Amino acid sequence: MTETQVEKTADIPVQGNEHGERKWTDFFTFCTDHKVIGIQYLVTSFIFYCIGGVLADLVRTELRTPDVDFVTPEVYNSLFTLHATIMIFLWIVPAGGGFANYLIPLMIGAKDMAFPRLNAVAFWMIPPAGLLLIASLAVGDAPDAGWTSYPPLSLMTGQVGQGIWIMSLLVLGTSSILGAINFLVTILKMRVPSMGIYQMPLFCWAMMATSLLALLSTPVLAAGLILLSFDLVAGTAFFNPTGGGDPVVYQHMFWFYSHPAVYIMILPFFGGISEVIPIHSRKPVFGYKAIAFSSLAISFLGLIVWAHHMFTSGVPSWLRMFFMITTMIIAVPTGIKIFGWLATMWGGKIRLNSAMLFAIGFVGTFVIGGISGVMLAAVPFDIHVHDTYFVVAHLHYVLFGGSVLGIFSCIYHWFPKMTGRMINEFWGKVHFILTIVGLNMTFLPMHKLGLMGMNRRIAQYDPQFTSLNQICTYGSYILAISTFPFIFNAIWSWVKGPKAGDNPWNALTLEWMTTSPPAIENFEGTPVLQTGPYDYGVHYGSDEVTVVNTEQPVAVNT
Amino acid sequence: MKIPSSIWTLLIGISLTLVSLWYGQNHSLLPVAASDSATLVDGLFNTMMTISTGIFLIVEGGLIYCAFRYRRRQGDNSDGPAIEGNVPLEILWTAIPAIIVIGLSVYSFDVYTALGSINPHADHGGESHQSMRMSGSAMAATLSDKPQQVASVMEMQSEEVEKEPDMVVDITGMQYAWIFSYPESGVSSGELHLPIGKETKISMTATDVIHAFWVPEFRFKQDAIPGRQSEFRITPKSEGDYALICAELCGPYHGAMRTNVVVESQESFDNWIQEQLLASKDDLNQAIAINPVDKSADDFLAPYTKEMGIHSELLNQIHPH
Repeated sequence: MTETQVEKTADIPVQGNEHGERKWTDFFTFCTDHKVIGIQYLVTSFIFYCIGGVLADLVRTELRTPDVDFVTPEVYNSLFTLHATIMIFLWIVPAGGGFANYLIPLMIGAKDMAFPRLNAVAFWMIPPAGLLLIASLAVGDAPDAGWTSYPPLSLMTGQVGQGIWIMSLLVLGTSSILGAINFLVTILKMRVPSMGIYQMPLFCWAMMATSLLALLSTPVLAAGLILLSFDLVAGTAFFNPTGGGDPVVYQHMFWFYSHPAVYIMILPFFGGISEVIPIHSRKPVFGYKAIAFSSLAISFLGLIVWAHHMFTSGVPSWLRMFFMITTMIIAVPTGIKIFGWLATMWGGKIRLNSAMLFAIGFVGTFVIGGISGVMLAAVPFDIHVHDTYFVVAHLHYVLFGGSVLGIFSCIYHWFPKMTGRMINEFWGKVHFILTIVGLNMTFLPMHKLGLMGMNRRIAQYDPQFTSLNQICTYGSYILAISTFPFIFNAIWSWVKGPKAGDNPWNALTLEWMTTSPPAIENFEGTPVLQTGPYDYGVHYGSDEVTVVNTEQPVAVNT
Repeated sequence: MKIPSSIWTLLIGISLTLVSLWYGQNHSLLPVAASDSATLVDGLFNTMMTISTGIFLIVEGGLIYCAFRYRRRQGDNSDGPAIEGNVPLEILWTAIPAIIVIGLSVYSFDVYTALGSINPHADHGGESHQSMRMSGSAMAATLSDKPQQVASVMEMQSEEVEKEPDMVVDITGMQYAWIFSYPESGVSSGELHLPIGKETKISMTATDVIHAFWVPEFRFKQDAIPGRQSEFRITPKSEGDYALICAELCGPYHGAMRTNVVVESQESFDNWIQEQLLASKDDLNQAIAINPVDKSADDFLAPYTKEMGIHSELLNQIHPH
């Protein structure tokens, strides 16, 4: 058993020279550096996470009792509408974009993205769109037809808020498309010459799959929303039955994007976890090609499952059966990943630090959401639980237990690289424990609630469900509390944490082969790969490798 | 004496299977199944619960085992073994989930086609399934020269479309109530009453926004969409009082939009129809005149006393005549 020979021979030549350090004010400007943009995405989306979280706890506070006694029913509907919209379009999707922005050029040895100015434009669309959406609450006319916004209801109620919602989503969707273009072109065209497609880290495969999905599906959402806006303001009747329109067509257009959206929300973190687990288990990832291709398979299949959200909408039987089968199939590539990660850990030398704890939590919690997802694919069962708390349970297990735990794992893992400092491990573990307890306490009872007959999007419910709802509410308060150790830890460590060095995890991917934080141009010269990205435990003849610190290719690793 | 790991694996596998099988049948997560269709759906769910429990225990158990057994020991800075994959194993864990989901798809397909139909006959050919007819406004009729769209809904008894239902009910959903009308008797009510064992054809629409008809004990749900009629058939098999819940967001009071489905004997149902007709008459005198004087006092008072919970036998005991 040898440890990786990284420290002995790797030379990281960038030492406080003209490549320079970032001024903190750069992070508030239109800066084309992908690292700045990545951090801008991450910090902005985290702020929206906190806002969405407050909305969630307001919803749960209302649901502590069966009667409507905390907010009015109209306000309540706005609360859950905005909660979901913010969490999806202003937290998870942009957070994935943030990591992609930060990591892709570093991982492939490039100096920046293919289109740096477009990249900055894509980010700067997000704060105004987000503020617009939040402003709708402040001006008292917020959207309240659910984040799905089905007509005719969305055309009848909270119309100003609905218009704001549509505009905000059109801008956010555009931002997502622009980001996807950048990621795809960069990954395909800007890898260092020594990095073939099968030497690329799995995070890049995942972002390739994500970007393809975003490019193909987001425009359809835009089209659907534009038609909805015409119905809203121009008196057309695309979806309005009183004019001969068909509300179900909206559902098809909406879900054609929104189902791929959930894969857009999870694939980046599948990729991130595929980086975290091998490094902290000190073992190669198990089944690199299988995991790489399963991302593409999920991406493709994700485009042909959308109508499983519409099983009770009056669609024909043949359509229900088709979408049931495609949805069931998508479990297979997902299972390949889960077993691959498990096998990566098996036999390794696992460091149970915060990044790895969140990664393990991700696998353990996501699998529960995946299981309930396969159940939902079965049409006769879905007919019973559609639009109930069973679905709410499923979606939160995959989105919170999956995406959010994945985001935290990635934050803890790449924090040293991004900030040059180590984040405090003790408080990271406190954060982890509070999160896991809060998450399960909030969302596990919801499975039973849905099965027993509690429908969703309601402010008042059958009193027989009171005790379970109280457990969910108190769990959500624990989740709120769990955020504070993280916020204080992140800020304090960023300012005063111990210096991290270039490669605190002894990792092998290229982002660890430069300074922390990286110099503005990432690497000096062009890096040359000497190992595969996951070659832990592999013997290399260390004498072969030399270190060069001139214009020659540098950042060699063994 | 150390037990070989293969024996441990065997024992764990056996106990895992037993626990999954038991929990799949004893989860007590569902309400009572009040129709044969509901029982079929529950059978599917129980199977899925068994499989899910097994997968859950394997994955969570594996994670916890790894976190303990393979954690880094103090002072050990070396790497783990450079294992990159194992093709037979990967094939195995691709094939087994694939077989499971294919099996579940077939099982679900069977349940779906059997829903509401106890004896799936051979196809009678001709027009299949319930249809959804677009009843657009007059303006829409002139715009479109296509024949009315037909989309099938629940294939409950697709083979028996030819057969006349025992009863017909029209349902209209609106913010925030359901109106049930019984065209054969002219009754309108806010409660759905169904005679047990009889096949009722339901034709449903909404007037304003999308609602959904959901009876958890029947495991049945269908959206009520404005501008469309959706049709389905129900044959209830257990008497009782069940919640009928709106299951599509229809506005701020969506949570309050619920009523009852009362499944009762044919006789009880007929009495209820009579009472509804009575209650809907404007002129009460005229209503009373409907019941001729030749009815005995008990018979005459029966509908009113029943509502008070007093039966004629009780009256007889108190005041025999």
